[in-house]
Amino acid sequence: MSVVPAPTVAELGPPARELYRDMLLTRRLDEECVALQRQGVFPAYAPLLGQEAAQVGAGSVPDLSRDFAFPTYRELGVAVAMRVDPVEYLATHLATWHGGMYDADRCRFAPINAVVGGPVAHAAGWAMGAQLDGTGGVALACFGDGASSEGDVHEAMNFAALHRLPVVFFCQNNQWAISVPNSRQVAGGSVAARAAGYGMPGERVDGNDVLAVRAAVAAAFERARAGEGPTVVEALTYRRGPHSTSDDPARYRCPDEQQDWPDPVPAFARRLVESGELGTAELSEMDTEVAAEVDRIREALRAQPPRPGAEMFSFVYREPTTALLEQQRSWEESRA
Amino acid sequence: MPEQTSMRTALNLALRHSLAADERTVVFGQDVGVLGGVFRVTDGLQAEFGARRVFDAPLAESAIVGTSVGLAMHGFRPVPEIQFDGFAYPAVDQLVNQVARMHYRSRGRLPMPITLRLPSFGGIRAPEHHGESLEALFAHVPGLKVVAPSGPGEAYRLLRQAIADPDPVVFLEPKSRYWDKEEFAPGQRPADPVGTCRTVRSGRHCTLVSWGAMTERCRQVAELAAEDGVQLEVLDLRWLKPLDAAGLAESVQRTRRAVVVHEAPLTAGLGAEVSALITERCFDALRAPVQRVGGYDVPTPAGELEDEYLPSIDRILTAVQQTLEHRRG
Repeated sequence: MSVVPAPTVAELGPPARELYRDMLLTRRLDEECVALQRQGVFPAYAPLLGQEAAQVGAGSVPDLSRDFAFPTYRELGVAVAMRVDPVEYLATHLATWHGGMYDADRCRFAPINAVVGGPVAHAAGWAMGAQLDGTGGVALACFGDGASSEGDVHEAMNFAALHRLPVVFFCQNNQWAISVPNSRQVAGGSVAARAAGYGMPGERVDGNDVLAVRAAVAAAFERARAGEGPTVVEALTYRRGPHSTSDDPARYRCPDEQQDWPDPVPAFARRLVESGELGTAELSEMDTEVAAEVDRIREALRAQPPRPGAEMFSFVYREPTTALLEQQRSWEESRA
Repeated sequence: MPEQTSMRTALNLALRHSLAADERTVVFGQDVGVLGGVFRVTDGLQAEFGARRVFDAPLAESAIVGTSVGLAMHGFRPVPEIQFDGFAYPAVDQLVNQVARMHYRSRGRLPMPITLRLPSFGGIRAPEHHGESLEALFAHVPGLKVVAPSGPGEAYRLLRQAIADPDPVVFLEPKSRYWDKEEFAPGQRPADPVGTCRTVRSGRHCTLVSWGAMTERCRQVAELAAEDGVQLEVLDLRWLKPLDAAGLAESVQRTRRAVVVHEAPLTAGLGAEVSALITERCFDALRAPVQRVGGYDVPTPAGELEDEYLPSIDRILTAVQQTLEHRRG
């Protein structure tokens, strides 16, 4: 296991500004989603507050022409960085359609998945497909410290390492799996350290430093593309908010704890200003621009029409079975 | 020319022809490569199609099914094998929460043309977890299709059909029938539509409904009954999801009596669904309640007791007799 040093803003070049914009949009949108839940628009929401650097850093790496990401249910920042339409992504929280309304195949972003661990195996299988087809495509498997306990994560890592598959196991270690801390979740204290057991590289990065995350994930993608197999990247970050809008962290953790984890969004803004990449005027311009974008998304979400009920019967199979058609007819009659 | 072929050989041929017909088809699972599978169903496939398309998976059922999801997302047509019925349980999460729902969850953008081959059912004196009947579990899951062939020709046609199907299919191979032979040539007749049952023998006094290895047993029962002048109609349900409700009704409207036979434990077994479908459609025609003959509500017992557990010819005949003798009060 190694610890990757972060590049400087200058080393990274032009995307720094874009990374910050995506982090800011993710932050403001995340805040808006909590508000929408409080207003009764969303039945529930799982905030990612504090994980913007990790998510945008990783989400900025995939090449949308050939790579594919496999999210859990807390991946708004990855979605933003991969240019998934936020309204279609947030449809899942609006309770419109499990998995979101976006075209997963076109977006290179699998449907939102509430079974953490499961999609990690999908990423390994997809990577096997990319290897068989020789596309150079790489799978980004997203999971957390909680999911690292799932058997599927072990099975997927073993499978991927055996076949030297082009997959990057991206663990956001946000310290808490709902109410259970790392100390009672991750034996040995590190997910990245487990990589050694599979004979693949494992790296820990400062998950609150977007440049460090991007660099580590990009290096892992390069290795995967070069046929050198999978990598574990463990981004150490902190879930500043509750697990979900139904959760109450005061029952299990001390609020002072978050002082150990500087807020990644203002920290990156300061860094960009100090390095001369952005002026304060530009920052405030970006604030205004992002606020307008959030307004647009909120209004679009509020304007979403209810889905037609008959959609419940769609997509179960490629063609509906006789039994399903009969049930749909009976449902229609029950509403007549 | 049709020749005597075992079900094992017919399945091997179906895999071979599917691999040859579509280069996106891949076959994998524990020991399916060099060994050719513990039942030799995949014998010779790796040598013929290469280790990229036919390969051994680690001993990890959930990953075998989970990676199939990813392969399907990449445009492949995976044909994974789980070695024995009882070892499918670790993969049930992937099957139920992922395979069955990915097409739905993605609003039709990510089809899952996966055929999971699962050597199933009892009758070979196998150890624990090697003789289970899981059809009701899978048939209950929206998004999955479930099929169980009863013999060599059916196995060939149904496996080709399952692999070509755009939806996920759980393919339950009755392992007690692997070595049974019948005259068969691939392509001697086309497959019937997905979700249709098959009339094995026509009769007019009572319909026997079964699938997998029990189909042959019911055919034997019908032969014995015929000696006493009782004409039993034997239906091989084969597709357990979707179920052929119309085919069941067509037969029972004529025979007015039905007995359903399966190896799985009785309670909440698929026989209950078959019974309900028949009763809903044929209530006025029925001369007797639909009888069910199943395994008992016990864990599949060890080999010594297997014959006591599985529906025997005597138990099926007794149920038929009760059905025929039933008088409405």
